[in-house]
Amino acid sequence: MRHDHLITTKQLSRTDIGTVLDRAAEIDADPAAFADRHAGTLLGLLFFEPSTRTKMSFETAMKRLGGDVVDMGSVESSSVKKGESLADTVRVIEGYVDGLVLRHPRQGSAKMSGEYVDVPLLNAGDGAGHHPTQTLLDLYTIRENAGLDDLTIGIMGDLKYGRTVHSLAHALTNFDARQHFISPESLKLPRSVRYDLHEEGASVREHTDLEAVLPDLDVLYVTRIQRERFPDENEYRAIAGEYQIDAETLSAAKEDLTVMHPLPRVDEIAADVDDTDHATYFEQAHNGVPVRMALLDLLLGDSE
Amino acid sequence: MSDHELRVSKIRSGTVIDHIPGGQALNVLAILDIDGSGGEEVSIGMNVPSDRLGRKDIVKVEGRELSQDEVDVLSLIAPDATINIVRDYDVVDKHRLERPSHVSGVLECPNRNCISTDDEPIDSKFEVLPDGVRCEYCETIIREDIPDHIRSA
Repeated sequence: MRHDHLITTKQLSRTDIGTVLDRAAEIDADPAAFADRHAGTLLGLLFFEPSTRTKMSFETAMKRLGGDVVDMGSVESSSVKKGESLADTVRVIEGYVDGLVLRHPRQGSAKMSGEYVDVPLLNAGDGAGHHPTQTLLDLYTIRENAGLDDLTIGIMGDLKYGRTVHSLAHALTNFDARQHFISPESLKLPRSVRYDLHEEGASVREHTDLEAVLPDLDVLYVTRIQRERFPDENEYRAIAGEYQIDAETLSAAKEDLTVMHPLPRVDEIAADVDDTDHATYFEQAHNGVPVRMALLDLLLGDSE
Repeated sequence: MSDHELRVSKIRSGTVIDHIPGGQALNVLAILDIDGSGGEEVSIGMNVPSDRLGRKDIVKVEGRELSQDEVDVLSLIAPDATINIVRDYDVVDKHRLERPSHVSGVLECPNRNCISTDDEPIDSKFEVLPDGVRCEYCETIIREDIPDHIRSA
């Protein structure tokens, strides 16, 4: 794998993905072997949006590789508050660290930042754009539970603004995957993602309800329908109820259906699903550490 | 010279943009940043009968030759246009537009959450698709109303 930055899953080949997932599996099997591998390496965390899982898993991953992190802290306490441009911020911080992780509310922020820095930059979410490291841990989880070829996957929820969905959809075009997208009309995949999937010749179907497609699925990837996207609270309530699942809903699914969610969830997956064999979202979240360790190991150099 | 061409007077030196799709002449002027306030001498023919296009517009600008950036953007709204460079009433150069693979700094991304619309030291960049353009930062695709997104418009 040879990339300067990880901005989008569109830049990843099937081989690249395999390299990361295989390295993550090695780390999972023997974490101690990687404990001092990047001693002295410093990673800069630039989170312009709130984040718990992504930020903490990057921090954990770097520390478990023997390195350390520096964190710009909250936007309120940073130079951004003084009006500094993002381009200037990343150019300054690049001089302090060996790699950068950026989360920013603006789409395209990671791509632009990558044009200004030479150290590896990892996109940890750019608005409604992309979230490639989430996708790599999603793929790792899917590979562990259902395999990545001959896969029928349903992706349900806010497909329009869901960056994890966009990144996953692009990445799955590398595999023999049939993708079913389930959402309200108003939250369908954006035109740009549909364009890319069409160009890639991906097998894609779009639906407004889960019922018809559920029995065929190997994986159901659920995302949150965001209340703030709807101007009218009643409209949100009417729609959101259609995209909630519980244990009873899943009685129509295959026994080995894997249910995933990038978290945090609100009420789209009922708590009674947690007790079923379908629930994989906590395992998915835990996979963030070995997968991000693998990525850092591969991108920050000196890897074998 | 046909009667149709005579409807728009000849120019001494400058540029004649012909075979513009009917109704797009004012957008062409917007691309050229011409609104009349600069005193430019401009002749416009709109919805003139055309064998090739059915109806076409013609814009003649006195004393002005187009930059490559302007030609690039013109190609997005008038892919069949021809550019005639006129000097001393003679056409000294005539060429069809070629669609560029990218345009930079001339269109504005309609996505208000795109980093290119923020106060950053970058120009907008768009990839030219067969049927539209695509922002290289946020990937938003524009197919309709491209002239509405011209920065100088």
